[in-house]
Amino acid sequence: MEEELLEDILASFKGKRYELVPILQEVQDNLGYLPEKAMLDIARFVGVPESHVYSVASFYAQFRLLPLGRKRVAVCRGTACHIRGAPQILSTIVKTIDLKEGETSDDLEYTLETVACIGCCALAPCIRINREVSGDMTPEKAKGLFLVKEGGEDVE
Amino acid sequence: MEKISIRIDDQDILAQKGATILEVALANKIYIPHLCYHPDLKPAGSCRVCLVELENGQLVTSCRTPVKDGMIIKTSSPEIDKVRRPVVEMIIANHHMDCKNCAKKGQCGLQRIMAYMKIDKKRIQQTLRLPEVELPFDESNPFFIRDHNKCVLCGICVRTCQEIARVSAIDFAGRGNNTRIAAFGDKPITQSKCVSCGECVIRCPVGALVVRNIGRPEREFKSICPYCGVGCGIYLGIKDNEIVSVRGDSENAVNNGNLCVKGRFGMGFVHSTDRLKTPLIRQGRGKGNPPSPPFSKGGQGGFVEVSWDEALTFVARKLKKYKGDEIAVIASTKCTNEENYIAQKFARVVMGSNNIDTSVRLCYSPMIAPLRDIGIWVGCDSPAEDSEISSDLLRQNLEQIEQAACILVTGANITLSYPVLGLKIKKAVESGARLLVISPHENELCRIADIWLQPYPGTDLALLMGMCNVIVEGALYDDAFVEMYCNNFEEFRESLDDFPLGRVERITGISRDLIEESARIYAGNKPGAIFWGTGITQSAHGTDNVYALANLSILTANIKYSRALNPLLGQNNALGACDMGCLPNYFPGYQPVDSKDAQVKFRSLWGRELNPEPGLTLTEILDATLEGKIKALYIIGSNLASNIAPFKKVHAALKKAKFVVSQDMFLNETAKYAHVILPAASFAEKTGTFINTEGRVQRIQKALKAIGDSRPDWEILCELAKRLKSEGFEFENTEDILSKLLEAIKDVPEVKRRFSFFPLKYRPPEEATDIDYPLILTTERDFSGDGVMSEKVEGLKGLRMKDFIYINPKDAADFEIEDGEPIRVISRHGAIESGARLRGTTPAGLVVMNLEGEKVNKLLNPVLDEESKTPEMKMCAIRIEKMKTLKKK
Ligand code: SF4
Ligand code: SF4
Ligand code: SF4
Ligand code: FES
Ligand code: FES
Repeated sequence: MEEELLEDILASFKGKRYELVPILQEVQDNLGYLPEKAMLDIARFVGVPESHVYSVASFYAQFRLLPLGRKRVAVCRGTACHIRGAPQILSTIVKTIDLKEGETSDDLEYTLETVACIGCCALAPCIRINREVSGDMTPEKAKGLFLVKEGGEDVE
Repeated sequence: MEKISIRIDDQDILAQKGATILEVALANKIYIPHLCYHPDLKPAGSCRVCLVELENGQLVTSCRTPVKDGMIIKTSSPEIDKVRRPVVEMIIANHHMDCKNCAKKGQCGLQRIMAYMKIDKKRIQQTLRLPEVELPFDESNPFFIRDHNKCVLCGICVRTCQEIARVSAIDFAGRGNNTRIAAFGDKPITQSKCVSCGECVIRCPVGALVVRNIGRPEREFKSICPYCGVGCGIYLGIKDNEIVSVRGDSENAVNNGNLCVKGRFGMGFVHSTDRLKTPLIRQGRGKGNPPSPPFSKGGQGGFVEVSWDEALTFVARKLKKYKGDEIAVIASTKCTNEENYIAQKFARVVMGSNNIDTSVRLCYSPMIAPLRDIGIWVGCDSPAEDSEISSDLLRQNLEQIEQAACILVTGANITLSYPVLGLKIKKAVESGARLLVISPHENELCRIADIWLQPYPGTDLALLMGMCNVIVEGALYDDAFVEMYCNNFEEFRESLDDFPLGRVERITGISRDLIEESARIYAGNKPGAIFWGTGITQSAHGTDNVYALANLSILTANIKYSRALNPLLGQNNALGACDMGCLPNYFPGYQPVDSKDAQVKFRSLWGRELNPEPGLTLTEILDATLEGKIKALYIIGSNLASNIAPFKKVHAALKKAKFVVSQDMFLNETAKYAHVILPAASFAEKTGTFINTEGRVQRIQKALKAIGDSRPDWEILCELAKRLKSEGFEFENTEDILSKLLEAIKDVPEVKRRFSFFPLKYRPPEEATDIDYPLILTTERDFSGDGVMSEKVEGLKGLRMKDFIYINPKDAADFEIEDGEPIRVISRHGAIESGARLRGTTPAGLVVMNLEGEKVNKLLNPVLDEESKTPEMKMCAIRIEKMKTLKKK
């Protein structure tokens, strides 16, 4: 599956050096992250050393080298949310799903990230899970959104 | 070069135009702090530590600013300090500053800067923050350690790997505070493309990359790397009779100071505890006691240690019993020219036998006949000037490979087996040479080739003749040259009728377009150099394959250039052994044993009647031993038992021989059949000369006292000759031998200056697939050469290609085999067990196996090349099975 997708993507490029970043972007858009195997194939395709592809992929914040969880949890840290308690929401979620910011759970269920303002300041504090935004968060509500994971502390 | 005058601080300096300020300053012993600058690399200008102030107050990086006439430069000033100090302080704050315990202490670039700028590291480390986490060491490589807590991110290693090693295994990764030097995926370095050459390690200015177990030598000796035929110049650093360091000789034009992993890190074999230290004689000797391998583990069961006197007297007494053709001497491709000269003289004069050969027979002798026939390469051409010893031995002026406009590589994985030569080829390609690579499976050069031709194994001849056909039909050949200098063109042209592109396409599996384009590239870019390795010669059609390459070269008049045809010799002195006459049909300098002139010449030189009959080749020697015709084998520095393809036969022959002497550094497989074992000294313990694969004669120096009681091979043979009452072996040193051997190869009759074409016929490979054996196995050499020396170096052993066979994932799926699974490989000639490795770059239908070791020999087809008697060692038909199915049988 992944391989065919990669083939398709590469087929739409010429294999020039300057295409490296656009290819990486497109692969990430489609696969959600940059698998090692894909980076190796891309290196071959554009004719640059593997170490260079890794260098580029690890340099830009936009690229992820690890797969995303099925549920991407984004906690808003924008000003409005911050003032209205985003830090507490975040720490609750951190404890509930036992992940730090930027991490993905081993079972690929969750990825936790923070974002600056998702544009629903009126509902602050907000979180977004995949595309769905939930506002007026409280630590209790936030906790309720997740099944308590094993290893995660049960917060009262 | 134009000189200009500048002033640095208070010093007026005449500087080279085009040089940078930093270069000029350093050359005049003015220190300017610097980190990312390295004299071997292009300046990066990234650290900004090397700032200087110009007259107008401008601050510039001295490593990137060229000098201009009248420039006035200040290397220190409050302005410079204001910018530089925070930069350096930041580096120090982030550096794991443990100088006391650091391997680089006293030679560290950062320490020097700190001293120059009078920086108090304690104060800084208190005020500035330290990195939060300590990064773990990368200790995966057996020869060096990477400690990124000490890295100052100068990028020298990255650029070295890119510009010098041309591998690009490492690069910057991450960003900001998190920036680090990493291999792909932040994996340990041994899991990357890194070839462990160590070039980056020796250039790292700080303790982030350090060589393990390196000592500071008391004295250095100039020598030549004893591993492969490239023949890189090295300096051996010695302390207390031990090699404690090795560095490349930057003045040697072969390698310009570069080395591969073997040359830089592989000298441990010299001090291996396995070195033989005293002569050994088998117990119960001579009384029909069959030599029965193997030894009892650990000990040397069955052998007793004896004195040299006892051993030599014993060998002399034994050898006296056999005369002439009953004896064969196998000389060594690792020994010096002087020693090989003595070895063949010993066989011919003392023993009266022309049965002298070397393991070159097993890989390269198919080139001897063709190259002689064309009248180049061997034993001819005028003396060149750049030889430091004697031009008599040199056959070509050494045009640089880098000058080739087209390079054709076939039958070799050059970057793996001949790393430093690989560098030269990459350099040539970077500066515009076209590259054609013929290889059934992918190797590194394929990736940078203009065209990678991927023929079915064993069909090279058809491909090459197909290319000739394109060149003739398209009138791309040099007809003036052909007319003037070449024989039998018409006959050759007719023979090309056998190779229409349609047929060639069917035979080789390569599309006609590609064949045509390759032929055009080769014919259109001159000079064109061809490199070939064992893939071409270790074949039942080896001789014809070389003829085919020669045709290509003659047709295009490339043959005029001295680097037109380049055989790649695996062993460091394979060429020397041939030149010195360790061949059954040639005296030194390729003077035929059966020619009247040569007989007369050598009779007068050596003062003895000589056997006028050419002797037997190595493969024939084994047959004759089996038949009982040859009774005694004197084997010098060759491990026949594990090197030769007709595996069973070798063991049977060694067992059958009445008397076997093994003269070697180690107790190898072959020695296990010996009656007497004589310990030989290593290259580091003797003087002499080697000839590298391009024909360059180079000296080695004695750097060490011989280990144990071992002695140089020439000494042993001369002693023995004296005991056998032969005259002409009273040499004091290798210089004496050298002058005698030069006399022997002087005045070799001129070889004709006309070239001949060779009409050839295509014969399908001897080994074909069928329903029972549907896959073709081919062998590949890794970097270890014959493995005898590298086997004694733990680290090299660890890095070697493992015992795997590489299979295309599709084939693996057909046979239901998974990556890493143990499998059984069965050919028509034998079966072995191995592990499977799936690799997409191995084409379907083909499996690739490491050539080294006895194992693969059990599978191979013992067909010989008719002309040179070289055995087929490159391919055979096989099938693979899961190990489970074993039980059923
Ligand atoms: S050892 Fe050689 S190949 Fe490996 S990283 Fe250093 S320079 Fe590159
Ligand atoms: S490892 Fe050494 S050479 Fe490489 S960037 Fe760090 S300090 Fe420089
Ligand atoms: S390329 Fe050959 S000669 Fe040069 S260092 Fe390596 S093994 Fe030695
Ligand atoms: S600040 Fe959180 S949605 Fe705007
Ligand atoms: S040495 Fe000049 S910028 Fe680094």
